[in-house]
Amino acid sequence: MTETAIEVNDLTVAYHERPVLWDVDLRVRPGALTAIVGPNGAGKTTLIKAILGLVSPAAGQIRVLGRSYREARSEVAYVPQRGSVDWDFPTSVLDVVLMGTYGSLGWIRRPGKREESRAREALEKVGMEAFAHRQISQLSGGQQQRVFLARALVQDARVYLMDEPFQGVDARTERAIVDVLRELRERGDTVVAVHHALQTVPEYFDDAVILNVRRIASGPVGEVFTEENLRVAYGGRVPFLQGVAGGASAARDSPPPPESPVDRRARPEAT
Amino acid sequence: MSWIDFEIQALAIVVAVSCALPGAFLVLRRMALMSDAISHSILLGIVLAFFVVEDITHPLLILAAAATGVLTVALVEALHRTRKVKEDAAIALVFPALFSVAVILISRYAGSVHLDLDAVLLGEIAFAPFRRLELWGMDLGPRGLWMMGAILLLNLLAIVVFYKELKLSTFDAGLAAALGFSPALVHYAFMTLVSVTAVGAFDSVGSILVVALMIAPPAAAYLLTDRLPLLLVLSGALGAVSAVSGFWLARGIDASIAGSMAAMAGVTFLLALLFAPDRGVVAGVRRRARQRLEFAGVMLAIHVLNHEGGPRARAENRVEHLQEHLRWSPDFARKVVRHAQREGLIASGSGGELHLTALGREHARHRMLH
Repeated sequence: MTETAIEVNDLTVAYHERPVLWDVDLRVRPGALTAIVGPNGAGKTTLIKAILGLVSPAAGQIRVLGRSYREARSEVAYVPQRGSVDWDFPTSVLDVVLMGTYGSLGWIRRPGKREESRAREALEKVGMEAFAHRQISQLSGGQQQRVFLARALVQDARVYLMDEPFQGVDARTERAIVDVLRELRERGDTVVAVHHALQTVPEYFDDAVILNVRRIASGPVGEVFTEENLRVAYGGRVPFLQGVAGGASAARDSPPPPESPVDRRARPEAT
Repeated sequence: MSWIDFEIQALAIVVAVSCALPGAFLVLRRMALMSDAISHSILLGIVLAFFVVEDITHPLLILAAAATGVLTVALVEALHRTRKVKEDAAIALVFPALFSVAVILISRYAGSVHLDLDAVLLGEIAFAPFRRLELWGMDLGPRGLWMMGAILLLNLLAIVVFYKELKLSTFDAGLAAALGFSPALVHYAFMTLVSVTAVGAFDSVGSILVVALMIAPPAAAYLLTDRLPLLLVLSGALGAVSAVSGFWLARGIDASIAGSMAAMAGVTFLLALLFAPDRGVVAGVRRRARQRLEFAGVMLAIHVLNHEGGPRARAENRVEHLQEHLRWSPDFARKVVRHAQREGLIASGSGGELHLTALGREHARHRMLH
């Protein structure tokens, strides 16, 4: 196994001369769960997209599993933001999960029985097997997120890049996702997830990348998830930082960070 | 029905189905207006190619027109990318620019030849049977039918072969790119297909009505199904229905066939909008009325529960008092009471007062807690 799952060197991404990421260096440990945290506009999504080759960097170099993304593509799974697609699209849950198999099928070839049974297995892992033939517009936010997760699982990848997998989900979905992430870690897979709720970072993740256009810090949560680093990333005016760093238990009752106006607990979902 | 009528209808069906298939993906990709842009700007390609080859039936015209269609898409996207204008404005800026150049060229140089503006804008499918395809002295039928048939075949082939790629890049372009299916390539290939279809249909129904045939049938189908394969089949079928009914409407009132086809496509959509089983307006109104009644029934049960056994129970729990206390109209109050009785939530006593059944009591308690 390579020593780093993802290696990012001197990555600068700019939109219309406005830098979104400035000279970011990063090493992601294989077999670990890594959170990317930072305020709005910190470039978290852009970092994920740059790793996936979806945005072209102004400068810098990215290696995934020691290779270029193009070469490593079959071993990388991607969970985009739930809001990035149209959930009124005329298709079923199973069909969306099957999309995860398209990469291994290549052009033109259609998914068959084998792909379908893999998709059903993935749905089972996220507790959505009963919804296989449901129209996707009928899903709650948490269910949508689990379908997206199943679609990534079906790729059977070694590196999983997730953009806000916990965004707006119910408590049940949150637990299901955490279970899946831990299972992936046990298999030795690498997970990198953009994460908003600072208070759960120490509980859910091994490593953290603290980002705000520049990389503020990265490494094991115990080392880098300090009040000092978070203050640098979020600016000095963040009272919720009190007690977040290090042990997280006290912080669980603190208000959510200002960038996520709706706390997941304040948004119970009908399941 | 004469043979000519039959040929016109065959062509109308082939045109409508050819338009509806790529149209379904245009609707899903939220690019419906792009069909309007393409169907207009391809005129420039046709005019320019006509100046070169001076033959209205030359295949180069189709190629040039398709190229202008793709150019339109590229220009709209380039203009949008500058972030100086929004996408709808970009569309509205680009296609009139290309279209106006074409109109100027036609009026200035091609006025005398066979390329008149009316035919371009509205098409004339009625004349299609008079333009025959002859090979070795044999009459093979209307030329337009052959051309449009080939385009229909091309559309079917492209959608069947690249179904998976089209679906993925339409639903989730980000994942498509991450998995190595270039969504940009799929996009431009698809827009080429739309352009070619527009050129072919243009000759029969004109540039304005192409839009109606591309968008109305899929928009109607979208209200009738939530499965993509069925949506494609229904789009084609509704397109064909619009074509045939449009033909007979035109025949009946002695009007433009193309116009009548487009009108029938609109009527088809309107019918779907009103009467679609789940998503139609009528179904929605009935659903809301039922929900309102059900909710009122529970509200009534809770009201009765709250006053049950109280000193004023007899006065409160009467139909006549509901209008006062729950501010319901007498009609609505009677309807709710009837509904709640049917559902077994309440029963009325000898003196006309309402009391809860065991089921109603359980229901009311449950709903108050949850």
